[in-house]
Amino acid sequence: MITLAWIYVLPGIMFAAFAVLGLGDRANPRRFGNSAFWGLMALSLLVGDRIGDVGNGLLVLGLAGLGGFNLLGRSDPATTSEQQREDCSIRHGNRLFLPALIIPLTALAGTLAYNYTPFGQAGWIEVKRETYVFLTLGVLFALGVIFAWLRPPALAPLNEGRRLIDSIGWAAVLPQMLAALGVVFAAAGVGDIIGRFAGSIIPDHNLLIGVTVFAVGMALFTMITGNAFAAFPIMASAIGVPVLIQQDHGDPAVIGAVGMLAGFCGTLMTPMAANFNLVPAALLELKDQYAVVKAQIGTALPLLVFNILVIWLAAFR
Amino acid sequence: MNYWPLVGILMVIAGFAMRMNPMLVVTGSALVTGLLAGLEPVKVLATFGKAFNDNRIIAVVWIVLPVIGSLERFGLQQRAASLVRSLHGATLSRLLTAYLAYRQVISAVGLHSTAGHAQTVRPLVAPMALAAAAREQGTLTDEDADSVKAMAAATDNVGLFFGEDVFVAIGSIILIQQTLKTYGFDLAPFQLAVWAIPTAIAAFLVHAVRLRLFSARLRRTSR
Repeated sequence: MITLAWIYVLPGIMFAAFAVLGLGDRANPRRFGNSAFWGLMALSLLVGDRIGDVGNGLLVLGLAGLGGFNLLGRSDPATTSEQQREDCSIRHGNRLFLPALIIPLTALAGTLAYNYTPFGQAGWIEVKRETYVFLTLGVLFALGVIFAWLRPPALAPLNEGRRLIDSIGWAAVLPQMLAALGVVFAAAGVGDIIGRFAGSIIPDHNLLIGVTVFAVGMALFTMITGNAFAAFPIMASAIGVPVLIQQDHGDPAVIGAVGMLAGFCGTLMTPMAANFNLVPAALLELKDQYAVVKAQIGTALPLLVFNILVIWLAAFR
Repeated sequence: MNYWPLVGILMVIAGFAMRMNPMLVVTGSALVTGLLAGLEPVKVLATFGKAFNDNRIIAVVWIVLPVIGSLERFGLQQRAASLVRSLHGATLSRLLTAYLAYRQVISAVGLHSTAGHAQTVRPLVAPMALAAAAREQGTLTDEDADSVKAMAAATDNVGLFFGEDVFVAIGSIILIQQTLKTYGFDLAPFQLAVWAIPTAIAAFLVHAVRLRLFSARLRRTSR
């Protein structure tokens, strides 16, 4: 069976290649920092299960030190000029989209086929991980097409990938760090403290205030942890279940489903949700790292109000 | 009750507000939170390390970078821009609204990981949005170009967040179901997913209106 450990192998090898190729990049004065950083990522993906929890902890400290003290630089692998790209895009026309579409289409077709045809019955992929397997397959297909059709130099895909990952820098690893921080928060009992606080500020039997504290609490706690999944069990145990469902007889389906969506409004408004909000700012080379969060606030706030109204109107009929 | 772990949250809020390096803020907060909760220093390090290792799936999506980078080498972004220039009806707000609808629909049928910032926004959506904006208002300043790209990324997020919960087998629906079950409320995933639909429609309408206002404002400031 293809398990998660298998899925990590190819990205692991890719990061190892970034580390090795980065060492030879004399245009980057901090090339040793880049090389060490991506080398640690390769180590994590390839042997993370074998170095123990403390070993992983030291690995994370290494990543944090390299990224945090600015030891990574911008690499400059040989690539094509702006003019060459323009010429090439005219020569190849819209067919250039095909390799880019191979990845989402393979992931799409593979996931559908795996879930809705007998092809998936054999259970040869770890449950709920099939999209990642087909994503990886799609990458391999696309690379095959690129080599057969456009004939780039053999190392070009790895060097182009290195150009992109170095322009993102440590922000590429931040989402994983934040997910780990959420686990530490949970282990330290942060959720219970917040839940108890939120539960203590609701006056008795005022439905609208109760619903508002629940939904705004979901959004705020999601903003703090960066993850609505961490906020939901806490707000459910503090307000959702004891006050809204048991005391005021609200519909648990509405309160649960829409409460989670109120949390998603918080996800749109926080840098803590780094993979959604900070990584794209780095990936798109924006000057303001909070530009994506700022662009989302105007959508998130009206939706939060909408979610409060849905719970208030639909859960207590 | 031990309130000291809250110091870790304050560190995170202060650190992000003061724009300190997030890698240091996050690591510092994790270590301080664990220590203030009374864990042994080695135990704190092990908890943080194990959690990092358990979340490696987040790093897998970077596997697309060699393909995206190779295609950029051969002019993919330029091609995306010239395709938009050749489509006469493709205004900035129509383009991003269409992507919003696409993103919500594929997420609602469980195919949320097939698109995203690395897979679709950087190589396709952002250059198309820039080309549409440039055609509508002549040249773009760097600030305008950044705001168009930020709006393209925001559109991907809104479409994902308010599409995925319509799908019954997504993690958040399962989490809601499991959490409520511990209190004795046994709900089918379908009952929960249905209640994601009103907010999905509202999210489309609110964000589509904002996209129109955004592109109208861009056109105004350029004249």
